[in-house]
Amino acid sequence: MTKQVTLTIDGQTVTVPEGTLIVDAAKKIGIDIPVFCYHPKMEPVGMCRMCLVDIGRPVFDRTTREPVLEKDGNPKIQFGPKLETACTMPVSEGMVVVGMSEKVQTARNDIVELLLTSHPLDCPVCDKGGECPLQNLTLAYGPGESRFIFDEKQHAAKNLPLGDLIFLDRERCIQCARCIRFQDEIAGDAVLEFYNRGRRTDIITNSEPGFDSYWSGNTTDICPVGALTSADFRFGARPWELKAAASLCTHCAVGCNLTYNTRREAKSGGEVVIKRAMPRQNEQVNELWICDKGRFAYHFAESDDRLTQPLIRKNGELVPASWEEALTLAAEKLAGAKSGLLTLVSGRLPNEDLFNLRVLTEGLGGKTGLYTHMAGGDLVAQFGLGEGSNLAALGKGDAIVVVASDLEEEAPLWWLRIKQAAERGAALIVANPRETKLDRYATHRVRYAYGEETNVVARIGDPGYKEADRGSWIGDLVYKASNLVVFFGSEGLGLDGSTALAAACAKLLVDTNHTSTTLSASTGKANNGLVGVWPRVNEQGAWDMGFRPVSDLHADVLYIVAADPVGDGAAVNAKFTIVQELFLTETAKQADVVLPAQAQVEREGTFTSGERRVQRFYPVTSPKGESWADFKIAAQIGAKVGVELKGRFPSLVFPLLAQEVAGYEGLSYQKLAEVSEQWPIVGREDLYYGGTGYKNEQGLGMQLAPQGGEAPQCTEAPKMPGANLVAVPVTSLYDRGTMITPSKVLHPRLPEPFIALNPADAEKEMAAEGMTVKVGVNGTSVALVVKFDRYVPAGFALIPRSMGMDLDGPVGIKIQIAENVAA
Amino acid sequence: MGNYILLRHRDIPEINKLDVYQKNAGFKAFKKVVTSMKPAEVTDVVKASGLRGRGGAGFPTGVKWSFMDKDNWPHYVVANADESEPGTFKDREIMESNPFQFIEGVAIASFAVGANAAYIYCRGEFWQVAHFLDQKIAEAEAAGLLGENLFGTDYSLKIYTHLGAGAYICGEETALLESVEGKRGQPRLRPPFPPSYGLYGKPTVVNNVETLTNVPLIITEGADWYKALGTADTAGVKIFSLSGRVKYPGNYELPFGTTFRQLIYKHGGGIIDDRPIKAIMAAGASSSVIPATDAALDTPMDYGSVRTLKADLGSASVIVIDDTVSMDWVVNKTIHFFKHESCGKCTPCRDGNYWMQHIIERIHSGEGTAEDVELLNSVAKQIQNKCLCALGEFSIQAVMTSIERFPQDFQRSNV
Repeated sequence: MTKQVTLTIDGQTVTVPEGTLIVDAAKKIGIDIPVFCYHPKMEPVGMCRMCLVDIGRPVFDRTTREPVLEKDGNPKIQFGPKLETACTMPVSEGMVVVGMSEKVQTARNDIVELLLTSHPLDCPVCDKGGECPLQNLTLAYGPGESRFIFDEKQHAAKNLPLGDLIFLDRERCIQCARCIRFQDEIAGDAVLEFYNRGRRTDIITNSEPGFDSYWSGNTTDICPVGALTSADFRFGARPWELKAAASLCTHCAVGCNLTYNTRREAKSGGEVVIKRAMPRQNEQVNELWICDKGRFAYHFAESDDRLTQPLIRKNGELVPASWEEALTLAAEKLAGAKSGLLTLVSGRLPNEDLFNLRVLTEGLGGKTGLYTHMAGGDLVAQFGLGEGSNLAALGKGDAIVVVASDLEEEAPLWWLRIKQAAERGAALIVANPRETKLDRYATHRVRYAYGEETNVVARIGDPGYKEADRGSWIGDLVYKASNLVVFFGSEGLGLDGSTALAAACAKLLVDTNHTSTTLSASTGKANNGLVGVWPRVNEQGAWDMGFRPVSDLHADVLYIVAADPVGDGAAVNAKFTIVQELFLTETAKQADVVLPAQAQVEREGTFTSGERRVQRFYPVTSPKGESWADFKIAAQIGAKVGVELKGRFPSLVFPLLAQEVAGYEGLSYQKLAEVSEQWPIVGREDLYYGGTGYKNEQGLGMQLAPQGGEAPQCTEAPKMPGANLVAVPVTSLYDRGTMITPSKVLHPRLPEPFIALNPADAEKEMAAEGMTVKVGVNGTSVALVVKFDRYVPAGFALIPRSMGMDLDGPVGIKIQIAENVAA
Repeated sequence: MGNYILLRHRDIPEINKLDVYQKNAGFKAFKKVVTSMKPAEVTDVVKASGLRGRGGAGFPTGVKWSFMDKDNWPHYVVANADESEPGTFKDREIMESNPFQFIEGVAIASFAVGANAAYIYCRGEFWQVAHFLDQKIAEAEAAGLLGENLFGTDYSLKIYTHLGAGAYICGEETALLESVEGKRGQPRLRPPFPPSYGLYGKPTVVNNVETLTNVPLIITEGADWYKALGTADTAGVKIFSLSGRVKYPGNYELPFGTTFRQLIYKHGGGIIDDRPIKAIMAAGASSSVIPATDAALDTPMDYGSVRTLKADLGSASVIVIDDTVSMDWVVNKTIHFFKHESCGKCTPCRDGNYWMQHIIERIHSGEGTAEDVELLNSVAKQIQNKCLCALGEFSIQAVMTSIERFPQDFQRSNV
């Protein structure tokens, strides 16, 4: 246990762990020491000098080492000759900190005045106005009137794009370096830096393209002035016009907590419009951060291409119909199909909807299926992270294995938190066929050929295996680790490969005694377990609700919800197809009935993250057109076919779900909405401390206990195709899926659909970088741009998912270069 | 022993050649410590000699060496050859003319703190000096005086030069370390101090060139010999860089305790055109300005005595000001310098100097008012005691003391 230290701050006594900084200790007891450069998540630098306080320390007798006492018996306190920065000074026993004295207040006035002299004071037109630390502290401190000649003030460039997403106003910048330090310390992309010196000090970006980072948006939250603004929000609204609605990000399996800021707008017909996405603090999930995809790719819900009314096929064409007409037709076909029914869903759906769809399908005697390229959700339910797990707790003595995943591309926040765990001393084993950004922080890097992932994981856990030539076996480390977390992704894998890999990973955890098949003390040990890097937000929830992957999409009647297999090039065959969707996807275009669904921001519900944390989201905007939530559509169909389902509110579905679904027992919407104090303390009233991210008042969610059970059944990994060039599917954060393309702000950052080749292979294929080639797979061909990537292993090509060509696993390809294409 | 301890090239021609230096007992001290002394013994000798840092702060050198964290290795020695203080030009003469004595000092310090690598950080404008030192280091290595397994022991030492890019701030020891690491030269927070967290986070001694150049003779002649030079407050000799309105500006190596009068009139030949002396800046642009009264002129120059004049000796770059110079002109110069050199890391120095420059320009051009002088003083106070590093605090010394001690020089306004 860390030693506790007691000190006094402005007359209040506080006891905090040794090493705590004065500014943080003050925060604990509700004293806001003003700061600009300090941020509780970053190393202190003491640059802005705003947090100056008067610090007194007890005087000790040099010989006896006893405290010297005043006449009244209290310890004698000696104050320093200068004020000191509260953000850099750790507490010490008996310290007396004074912030409310005239001396300190004068010093703060002095600093605010100096900052304001170089500031444009354009609050009325500044995006930060209303939630600006400098504005707030100017009201609290500073002279209120300038002593300097306005014409002598320094002018600097405004509206300067640092990149496509972030703009810099150099006049507003107060050189606190929060953005530079965030990019360097937290994001690991040191793409910002200071240029020049003295009063001419400027922020510049040194990357090409500018501000090249998936984390750039966070700098706008922590910028204590309006210097950094986002292309998405700038000039969009004033902070005081905005309402806040708690939500969850839908773009990956991390489940980052968000707050959407909304307002009603005339130009949107008086409708509620989302103006920006902000991180909502959840120290167990996303801390105070979100990635740029989560921040900027929310626009799909407001897209004009959304389906707004039911469609049914008449005379070969899809025409608008009433809900009654469409539901009657759908119900009739569904009821008639019996075992010929396949209900196909994706992990985009919330738990309540998945539950209703499963109960409906089972009630009709049909089959259910999960549309995915990744397996192992059953094993994650059995051997997932124990209750109370927090990646922030991993450090020295612990081990993390990441296999078959380019984690920053697939689940950015996990990447960030694993990086931090490695920086705290955790052993990080990164196994992937090519180098990824996580390799920088790895203590052990394992390279294997695509197709070898299962063998590699088996070797880590096999005491019989030693790498003879290196004389070291990383398995030792995994066995001896106090805690072990295994992340498995789907880099280069189809469903069969993924099934084999998931089992091998679960076996590794069981073999190394970090979890077990029997429900006992060790089952569900916190900070141990298996995590699936799922391609969709609620894929784990879909497994938990009873859905299992299917690859055969043939049935008499297909009921496809939130999936677009046709768009991905999959073969779909049914006598009658019902599609429930946000958009008129390629699959929907072929359907007989199309039912418009609500977007996640238009209703409430729950998602289960890859860490098996069940979290609530709340309604943010009003539904588009006549769209209904998926659980309601299922219930309405149920009513017509005699399957009783709750359709009015998700809160009515959830208790049934909690009763029936293993592991969910005891959960309720009330419990999911519980919050406890989080550190650092952020909130609207003291936003100069932690930035403009939102305090969590709507629920931290609950982590499910793993279920244990049967030992993982290891399967053979599929054989790699024998071809000169084998293409493998990989995941790219910025793809061209329907969830991201409606967000125009991200368009400059979205790559053209590409194929990544090792330069040597490209040369063999006579393909130049940037050239458009035709890539043929199984008789079909797609145009892709050639990208050179020296990390791609020889003989392989990477083709990102959701970018024009979706591979269902490794496959041999043929490349046709331009002349041949023309011919 | 000749007249000089540091500027020995003035006694011995061509001492910048290795054979000449060796003929004059060169590298004997280093050989002695490596072959016959324990590192702690070397530190003790330097402690006993009373040697204090010549970069300006006057911190006892041996004490600094003894602070090195013995539980954290490797250790480094860094020689601060960033000599950037306006009016200071002593290190350059040492390095150009008596380079081996300096290099030997670096070597002895390295042995004393157990460093196997030492860096000489030269300001960017010293590229020729750095090139020259590289040659001298190479010669010493070729002669087996630096490098692997020195004098048949298992002690090895490599000395490297490192060029800055011409920033005053890099004379501040932690900014210097950042710069050696290849980062932007900006000061770090202190504590931790370099002997516990220095170069690459490892314990590091940072010493001025002149400080280190004293060390070889302290070893050969002994601590008592050295302590007998100078005053009770400050032992040894000092190179005073004399500049300004004197007849013979230049470097003067004299014992501590020499008075200002002796330096300026006896050695410097007095004031140009024999005009009356007005003020003295004893520490370059960072000085508190001393009115040149008889009492001040007769004050012995050591760290303690100069403090009685409410000023600091600093690096002993004595700038002499006569009655032809108005103090607003001087302050205009120093503020321009500090505004140009402020690294921009902390608010008071960055923004304060910007505004002080505008105000002093107004005053100096004769367009200022009494309120402007008050404002200037007020901004200086606003900066005072709030900066991240000492250099920020230096920026206001000349401003505040000039206004206080020469108020009439700021009353040239048109109004």
